Amino acid sequence: MSIKISDGQFKDKVKENLQDDFMRGAVSSAQDRLRFRRLETAEELGNWEEWRSHGEEIRKHVLENLDYYLQELSENVQKLGGHVHFAQTAEDANRYIEDVVKKKEAKKIVKSKSMVTEEIGLNAVLEKAGCEVIETDLGEYILQLDEHDPPSHIVAPALHKNKEQIRKVFAEKINYTKSNDPTELARHARETLRSEFLTADIGITGCNFAIAESGSISLVTNEGNARLATTVPKTQITVMGMERIVPTFEEFEVLVSLLTRSAVGQKLTSYVTVLSGPRREGDADGPEEFHLVIVDNGRSKILGTEFQSVLQCIRCAACINVCPVYRHIGGHSYNSIYPGPIGAVLTPLLGGYDDFKELPYASTLCGACTEACPVKIPLHELLHKHRQVIVEKEGKAPISEGLMMKAFGIGAASNPLYTTGTKLATKVMKPFMKDKEFISKGPGPLKEWTAIREFPTLKNERFRDWYKNREGGDKK
Amino acid sequence: MIQQRETFLNNIAAALGREVNKTKKPERNWKHNPQAVTLTDLSQDELVQLFKAQCVNIHTDYVETTAAELKAELSNRVDMYGGGPISVWEDERFDTYGLGVLLREEWPQAGVEVNEWDIQKGADNIKFAEKANVGITFSDITLAESATVVLFSNGGQGRSVSLLPQTYIAIIPKSTLVPRMTQAAQAISKKVQREEAVPPCINFISGPSNSADIEMNLVVGVHGPVKATYIIVEDR
Ligand code: SF4
Repeated sequence: MSIKISDGQFKDKVKENLQDDFMRGAVSSAQDRLRFRRLETAEELGNWEEWRSHGEEIRKHVLENLDYYLQELSENVQKLGGHVHFAQTAEDANRYIEDVVKKKEAKKIVKSKSMVTEEIGLNAVLEKAGCEVIETDLGEYILQLDEHDPPSHIVAPALHKNKEQIRKVFAEKINYTKSNDPTELARHARETLRSEFLTADIGITGCNFAIAESGSISLVTNEGNARLATTVPKTQITVMGMERIVPTFEEFEVLVSLLTRSAVGQKLTSYVTVLSGPRREGDADGPEEFHLVIVDNGRSKILGTEFQSVLQCIRCAACINVCPVYRHIGGHSYNSIYPGPIGAVLTPLLGGYDDFKELPYASTLCGACTEACPVKIPLHELLHKHRQVIVEKEGKAPISEGLMMKAFGIGAASNPLYTTGTKLATKVMKPFMKDKEFISKGPGPLKEWTAIREFPTLKNERFRDWYKNREGGDKK
Repeated sequence: MIQQRETFLNNIAAALGREVNKTKKPERNWKHNPQAVTLTDLSQDELVQLFKAQCVNIHTDYVETTAAELKAELSNRVDMYGGGPISVWEDERFDTYGLGVLLREEWPQAGVEVNEWDIQKGADNIKFAEKANVGITFSDITLAESATVVLFSNGGQGRSVSLLPQTYIAIIPKSTLVPRMTQAAQAISKKVQREEAVPPCINFISGPSNSADIEMNLVVGVHGPVKATYIIVEDR
């Protein structure tokens, strides 16, 4: 898989996914649960806005000084006896990893969840080289067994699957004979995967944050699979997006606190693991050899542009969990491994406008994503910027908003889920409303939006109603 | 070995519109510092209460005991989990707390297999831990807010002990308790600044492994231990 998950068009994907009732129910209940838990744990901290502001300034600082911190990180990894490979492109990263795999004559590779390895399409390369590659995150394992079904959420990749579907896949592929009870299913995966971990030659992981001062990488997980992948196999390869780095443990701590709350509403996940180089003399477990692959793959093209702030992202999915459009159309509609608001901003930047120019239109610009983001990325402003760039390039919008909203609108009139999304938007917009007047001074994009058309306050008229009226007007 | 760094970093600097900087440490002038006031005004007893309350949320059993009672409590917990085999760190704190007798005499005499991590045995330690029913370690730093034990793994403190056995018990000297991850991060960062070696593996562990990947249902016990107990003990 690369960033693009299939050849289909955005519009068709939306149609296809709107017909999946289980998926839509699952998405909305997951959104509700995660959003609630995020708010609860955020509130407990007492001064969440301060934390967000601190998270934001740390991420901004890192991006402004990325060369220094990557230099420091790589020096320190080398001092610890690790190897560092800087890869400009996906191909380069894959080539290096394939070389290591060949040198080690590795047959079996266990992987813990990593978006960047999905992005560069690593699995396909390794499988072609004759390796067995096993995804060990429970969600990803399920998808891999099910003929490489693509992920639909960056934190809960198998969100669109129900337990009966999972039971069938397990029965078919890994001799499962019990019920569709999640605990029984998970225990079976535990047993099956345990023997894979014990016999794997190489463990491949992603990296939540690298820590420059100590040459460390970190893994924030709940299941323990990333720990297994870095405890038993003799060789560890860690692949990281070049921006996923912090100066010291002190900033690391702040970002982890933001990440675990925003992603899963936990104060900390079960395991936060910080690894510094390969095992040392006197260690009996941990990898003998450690490779860190630092991937650019289009990120440096975003640096220094008006889209730079998207690189602040810590992949928590909070924006996805509040997005009314994601709720309605599901993850697969985006046709990108990065769905939701973050995906709609990031995917066209990494994958190009040619394939993904509709994505910036998969938004009502309600701003709920921006409000949720723990590192204050102005997501809806960036979506609006994309639209401006696209219209400038093409002379027109690639998909009329009419068509787009019609696609979302299937059933929207009677769909309470959609209303919830816009209700949230109403709350978000409140500070910008003057006595129920039209929004005249919204945050950035709304301001620009209001410059080109009227944008009624959502309190009085929900977006879909407003849209319906507009649509009627368009037909004249 | 470091490969292709030069062009990579130059490229980044060019995008940022300046010369590459590899030597001058950037100033970090943070405007915000929320962690400095988060939970820092709690007394040691209040921290214990916070820690205890959080154990419920992370599905972890909580036991509070004295140094004198620790041996009996530990033995008790192991029985509750169904006995051995038992995998433990090589750690002088077991002797400090009078647990040596249990590890080396009482359990073996009762037919319970115990492996104290022994670097001479190499990979056999992993094999033993994998078969073990209980893994036992001490906590090096303990975070009250999230009910987290921080384990520094190197040498005799193998990573496998808290990971591969079916169940896990952490012994927590009360004095290791701090408000939250902030204090642990500061302590580790100070080590780095003093150029002391940071252990190759540091784990922040909060309860047993879990997953919500199947229909968002919480399953406790996935790849790591399926149950966990924290025993908090008065210092000796
Ligand atoms: S954009 Fe913000 S909210 Fe969305 S995944 Fe990234 S960090 Fe989380």
